[in-house]
Amino acid sequence: MKIHEYQAKQILTRFGVPVPRGEVAETPEQAAGIAERLGGHVVVKAQIHAGGRGKGGGVKVAANTQEAREIAGRILGMRLVTHQTGPEGRLVQRVLVEETMPVQKELYLGLVVDRTRACPVFMASSAGGVEIEEVAAKTPQLILKEAIDIGVGLLPFQARRLTLGLGLPADLLGQAVKVMIALARAFVETDASLAEINPFVLTDDARLVALDAKVNFDDNALYRHKDFLALRDLNEEEPLEIEAGKHGLNYIKLDGNVGCMVNGAGLAMSTMDIIKYAGGNPANFLDVGGGASAEQVKNAFQILLSDKNVKAVLINIFGGILRCDRLALGVVEAAKAVGIDVPVVVRLEGTNVEQGRRILAESGLNFTVAANMKDAAEKVVALAS
Amino acid sequence: MSILVDEKTRLAVQGLTGREGTFHTQQAIAYGTKVVAGVTPGKGGTTHEGIPVFDTVHQAVRKTGANASVIFVPPPFAADAVMEAADAGLPLAVCITEGIPTLDMIRAWEFLEQRSTRLIGPNCPGIISPGKCKIGIMPGHIHMPGRVGVVSRSGTLTYEAVHQLTGLGIGQSTCIGIGGDPVVGTTFLDAIKLFNEDPDTEAIVMIGEIGGNTEEIAAEYIQEHVRKPVVGFVAGQTAPPGRRMGHAGAIISGGHGTAAEKIRAMEAAGIHVAKSPAVIGETVASVLAARAARG
Repeated sequence: MKIHEYQAKQILTRFGVPVPRGEVAETPEQAAGIAERLGGHVVVKAQIHAGGRGKGGGVKVAANTQEAREIAGRILGMRLVTHQTGPEGRLVQRVLVEETMPVQKELYLGLVVDRTRACPVFMASSAGGVEIEEVAAKTPQLILKEAIDIGVGLLPFQARRLTLGLGLPADLLGQAVKVMIALARAFVETDASLAEINPFVLTDDARLVALDAKVNFDDNALYRHKDFLALRDLNEEEPLEIEAGKHGLNYIKLDGNVGCMVNGAGLAMSTMDIIKYAGGNPANFLDVGGGASAEQVKNAFQILLSDKNVKAVLINIFGGILRCDRLALGVVEAAKAVGIDVPVVVRLEGTNVEQGRRILAESGLNFTVAANMKDAAEKVVALAS
Repeated sequence: MSILVDEKTRLAVQGLTGREGTFHTQQAIAYGTKVVAGVTPGKGGTTHEGIPVFDTVHQAVRKTGANASVIFVPPPFAADAVMEAADAGLPLAVCITEGIPTLDMIRAWEFLEQRSTRLIGPNCPGIISPGKCKIGIMPGHIHMPGRVGVVSRSGTLTYEAVHQLTGLGIGQSTCIGIGGDPVVGTTFLDAIKLFNEDPDTEAIVMIGEIGGNTEEIAAEYIQEHVRKPVVGFVAGQTAPPGRRMGHAGAIISGGHGTAAEKIRAMEAAGIHVAKSPAVIGETVASVLAARAARG
């Protein structure tokens, strides 16, 4: 789960990470009020779940309260387009109004899970303020790493090693170590999948502050962090994906016109791939679960058909323990219940496949039964175009 | 003609009395797997489906000589179940559970490093040595005994590949689903090494997907050490970056973990990459035919 910058900063503050003074505003008046309290000179930052906000015009400095009001007025309600939002952009509904900082140096701190070593890894870089992926690609030597033993967390000596590696003066050692340990604790204790401070700045008056922050949570751990559920912003999510999530369906909307319904994530991904090979474009990723129950198939149909771009549907199901004849009955039942107005190509494989295909062919529905995956993809792409 | 599990495997089922545990245990027994014990805390001393149930894995091992376990335990308790299996000294634990917090698995992984248990999964279909032993949720009857080892991060996509192989008359020595999570107990590299050392496995199928770099690591090893033919496939060639494609581990992050990178690494290592999921079986057949022709 992703959260906003202001939410991430609230969480990091709890662990002792210093952040600029600031508050979140939903109207220009609120923004002006906050600016007033902060002394007038502030930065107004659009709150959306995407990076590159500054370049997109979503982060502006105001010299006084009046300017803060005007800037907030321009940013609130705009559709902010960044390299991470897609061309349609994201509607800005909140801005974070913060005190400005005299920045001497921009650094980077972050944590992710190192999948290969199976541990959290702390990364620090003197190349702050740019995306870490860019640093990793161009100047990987500027990224320092410390593997974290989850039993003990980031140890002070590791934090010292990072601090010295960043080239920070020795009198900042104590301060830097404290922030790094706080960030590492926040990562572990909140079950984060990503925690990032970028830039982590050294101010002219020798303070270390998290100027921007990003935290993503591990969805699988949210059951033990019920308070985080309130941080979810549904406005940042695709409505169809929210709906699919309610039914426990794994659905991701894409921009093609071939709807796909598949059982299992790996097979669902390969189904998208094979549609592409056949010259088409998938409208979505959709995994109805390994067992593909009739109820889930029905829910899946409803989601797929709500996407108006979908011109044809490909159902690709491998019937294993749940036999193809049973699956076919479920698909027919669901299709009748939902009422389908686009052509549907079905490719069934597995146990009792002949019976399954017969049930589909004799259903009286507008089903095209495909012989294999390649055939199915070619047929559905032809029907969609 | 198999790795890790065979006729000698004596299975304990952690979470036997739950719905999934019960159903898949019935399936496993029907396939011929020797299920010797169930473990459900609080239900020790009872029997379920004719199988003795124990409160702890230790008791199950002591009383029945179990030498492997399968875990059908809900996500909040699954990492604990994995560590209990390891603490009881089982050589093999197979965790089917999907949805375990990553940091729980990291803790379990560290615990396992100090012990001798091999973990398969989590979030996996399990492992099967056709005709001998089935541990997990895969449909047994699509498999056929033979000499091709299959290792995959996926469930149904693996069934698809196995079905193609069986349809072409190509049997399997062992099929391992290593799981779709970011942190798993057995990696491609581990499985490839085992298949490489198994005299009865003559070719290997490796089915990867986007996310992480375990395919690349295995490819590097294959290039240096494996002389058996390897057929590869990578799912998610059209997956958008930054999105989790069903599996917690299937995500392209920071421009890395793409299918293109993995396919490049596989091809560079001499792996025969099937471009489409529809031709995995055919690719194996042609590789085996070419090998036979060379003698």
